[in-house]
Amino acid sequence: MTDNLQIPGTPIRVEDLWKRFGDFEAVKDVSFTVEAGSITALLGPSGSGKSTVLRMIAGLEEPTSGRIWMEGEEHTFKTVQERRVGFVFQHYALFRHMNVAQNVAFGLSVRKLPRAEQRSRVQELLELVQLTGFRDRYPDQLSGGQRQRVALARALAPRPKVLLLDEPFGALDARVRQELRRWLDDLHRELGVTSLLVTHDQDEALELANQVVVMHEGRVEQAGPPDEIYNAPATPFVAGFVGTANVLHGHVRDGHVQFGEHRVSGASHLAEGVEARAFVRPHDVRLSTVDRNGGSVRATVERIVTLGWLSRVHLRLPDEQVLTAELPNDELGGVELGSTVWVDLRRATAFETSEVPPTSEPEETPSVR
Amino acid sequence: MSAQTLERSLPSAPLPQGGPKASVTIRAALARWGLRGTALLYLGLLIALPATAVVLRGFSGGLGALREAFNAPGAKQAIILTLVLAAITAFVNVVFGTLIAYVLVRYRFPARRLLSTIVDIPFAVPTLVTGVMLRALYGPNAPIGGFLQRHGIHVIFAPAGILLALLFVTLPLVVRTVQPVLLELDETEEEAARVLGATRWMTFRKVVLPKLRAGIVAGGLLAFARALGEFGAVVIVSGNIIGKTLTAPYLIFQFASQAKPEEAAAVATLLFAISFVLVLVTERLVGLRRKESA
Amino acid sequence: MSSTIAPRTPRLAGSARRRLVHGGFTAIALVYVGALVIAPLVGIAFAAFKGGWSVIVDTLRQPDVLHAYYLTGVITLITVIVTTVFGVIVALVITRDRFPGRALMSALVDLPIAVSPVIVGLMAVLLFGTGGWFEPWFSAHGIRILFAVPSMVLVTIFICIPFVIREVVPVLHELGVSEEEAARTLGASSLQTFFRVTLKNIRWALAYGIALSTARAIGEIGAVLIVSGSITGQTETSTLYILRAFDQFQDTQGYIVAITLALASIVLLVAIEAFKRRQEKVRET
Repeated sequence: MTDNLQIPGTPIRVEDLWKRFGDFEAVKDVSFTVEAGSITALLGPSGSGKSTVLRMIAGLEEPTSGRIWMEGEEHTFKTVQERRVGFVFQHYALFRHMNVAQNVAFGLSVRKLPRAEQRSRVQELLELVQLTGFRDRYPDQLSGGQRQRVALARALAPRPKVLLLDEPFGALDARVRQELRRWLDDLHRELGVTSLLVTHDQDEALELANQVVVMHEGRVEQAGPPDEIYNAPATPFVAGFVGTANVLHGHVRDGHVQFGEHRVSGASHLAEGVEARAFVRPHDVRLSTVDRNGGSVRATVERIVTLGWLSRVHLRLPDEQVLTAELPNDELGGVELGSTVWVDLRRATAFETSEVPPTSEPEETPSVR
Repeated sequence: MSAQTLERSLPSAPLPQGGPKASVTIRAALARWGLRGTALLYLGLLIALPATAVVLRGFSGGLGALREAFNAPGAKQAIILTLVLAAITAFVNVVFGTLIAYVLVRYRFPARRLLSTIVDIPFAVPTLVTGVMLRALYGPNAPIGGFLQRHGIHVIFAPAGILLALLFVTLPLVVRTVQPVLLELDETEEEAARVLGATRWMTFRKVVLPKLRAGIVAGGLLAFARALGEFGAVVIVSGNIIGKTLTAPYLIFQFASQAKPEEAAAVATLLFAISFVLVLVTERLVGLRRKESA
Repeated sequence: MSSTIAPRTPRLAGSARRRLVHGGFTAIALVYVGALVIAPLVGIAFAAFKGGWSVIVDTLRQPDVLHAYYLTGVITLITVIVTTVFGVIVALVITRDRFPGRALMSALVDLPIAVSPVIVGLMAVLLFGTGGWFEPWFSAHGIRILFAVPSMVLVTIFICIPFVIREVVPVLHELGVSEEEAARTLGASSLQTFFRVTLKNIRWALAYGIALSTARAIGEIGAVLIVSGSITGQTETSTLYILRAFDQFQDTQGYIVAITLALASIVLLVAIEAFKRRQEKVRET
């Protein structure tokens, strides 16, 4: 029955994947699809099971139950070698006793490609990753970023059907991470290899991916394009994990979340009277020195932090809840420490309090007065 | 690229077993058991089996055989002598061995490589040759030996010689057991202690030593076990004089060559039991499993 | 109000004193090792050369001595090959495989180190001697195990089992599986992965273990003494020859053969040290 609904030829399709390690359920009922030529990001905190899912797709782990399809063919029980995937590890896993050229050629020499062909393909890839002068270097003579580029070249050499990346930039420092992120983007544009990327860095996911699959405690929380994940979080976890969010506690009244004297819309899907939390993005908090439309919330400015071109304004509401607004410096006019401002909450996503897992709320750091 | 909602509506029927899964899994299982089986067979046949043979034989004679063995001339003294000498060896080499390990790991000086190499010499030299060397040096006709003998100090054909042989043979065991533990120590803890005002000695006592304890004890136990059973180095040096320099291993050898397998097995089982327990304890302390990764 | 503990400056005045302490400890270490280890080596050199070169050459030409060397060589070779091949297998199983008996396996591997060689000889007697467990089968097939070379090989193997395994296991642990996983994703079969990745990565530790095994096999005495029957010219190894020489008051011959073994072991030691250094360098990557 399942086969009739099979999407023919999608590079990766994962269905009802479960993985149990003894008593511990690492992956629970995970299903998603990766379209040809796209980059999908598996985003989640550590322990969310995303690496396990990736490794099951690669064949490095065996699923407890569920199925994996690649290009319409079932791959659930195929060996790693048969799957012909490219895999990039977080800590590079370069063969330390081989030089760069030998590393890149490995997948080709294992398949007994003629030497001349190996050499030209290696050259092609080294040019692609911009490491042509490094053929004879050994991994311990390379920087982290260079090693990862070699790892990428090595994975791409045998022309894999899909590219799987396990937190590829996790071991690198921030600057190199940014550079490589941009570079991977360009590379993907050029090559068009279907890619599945595991990361805990949401900036990376939102920047690189065509589709983001958010995972938490082994389950898929939401899957969709980055803007949908960011602007229309389907679960409280996604709302709290992706991007920064303010959380306001209140009750549902007439399709709004009411807190104190004020309220914010977005709760029309919730039952009347239930306890709810509203998630508001800092840049959706508009400030003004006068009450424009009579419906704004009054707040006191407790702290202003300037970061380059934008500022973060920490506000305290009449019912003692806190709110953070983010706005460009030139829109700060009149907003000063201790002053009263009127707050407009433009967009909020509301969830019933009982649904909200404790870890999804940003922690309130003690304020220094 | 629209969001994929299709996958959510797919029915999730559990997968029937059999088919491709079976052959791949069987192949993998065979490979795993092939390797595992070889390892188990190798160790089982070559180690577990002979060990069981000795223990069974040793217990088959019952306490009677043990008593017979102990009643043999010089047997009781031999066992006591062996235990005492092994204990002294372990203690002395734990002190010096730890010192040497510390010097090798923490200090930089020109002769460091040389010292490390010399420490390994007893690992490489045949035990019999060790005994021969000691005899060459401390024998009655030898330069140092003659000198000592004139002053009433007997080394060869005396317990002192046995002790020297045991110290020689067990030194690398202690050093090489303590060294890796030292190498793994995080020096930042010691630095933190010193910043807080502790002297080097206090730091050593309160921060380093507790961490080293496992390694030191393990080294000492290994040295003790090895010293208990040492034969080659001792047999040339001791002269195997009943009641004076006869050791337990030689006792076992005597029983074996006198066609008294029960007595031999009895004493052997005793020594063996002690060694086995020590090995288990050592394994716990600094075992091969210590660096287990998930 | 923030309270920070002002760090007390460590006593810098002790730096000169510290250097003295360092020097003192180092000196103690050197003296202990010198007296315990170096002196005897010097002693044996003197004793061996007492009779001059002619005695040395004569001794080394004796058929007994030559046969003893030959036998030692054969036993060592077989032992090293067996313990290396199976040792690697055991090491792989201990580090990569998960099954309930693994801890016991690990303890079994350590056992030969702590057991006295005479007990090992006794084990062989109990298994292959008259009334032994396996004796009936072997004597029915006319195969002589005890008082013949096979038993000598077996006991030497027993004694040398731990060396390769103990050296390779920690290195395998530290290396982890990622390189091997990478090889598999690139299409390498298990065998290819082993030979092209795993083996290359453990080679220095393996060499070190082999060198230790070789040294131990050459030097074995306690066990072979019991199982060999000491039949001159047939089951006498170099070490057994030395023992007999001293028993029969041919001290000089004993010293001469002993020093050849000592020299061989020093050569082995240099090899051991070289391998150890390479192994440590690999660990730094």
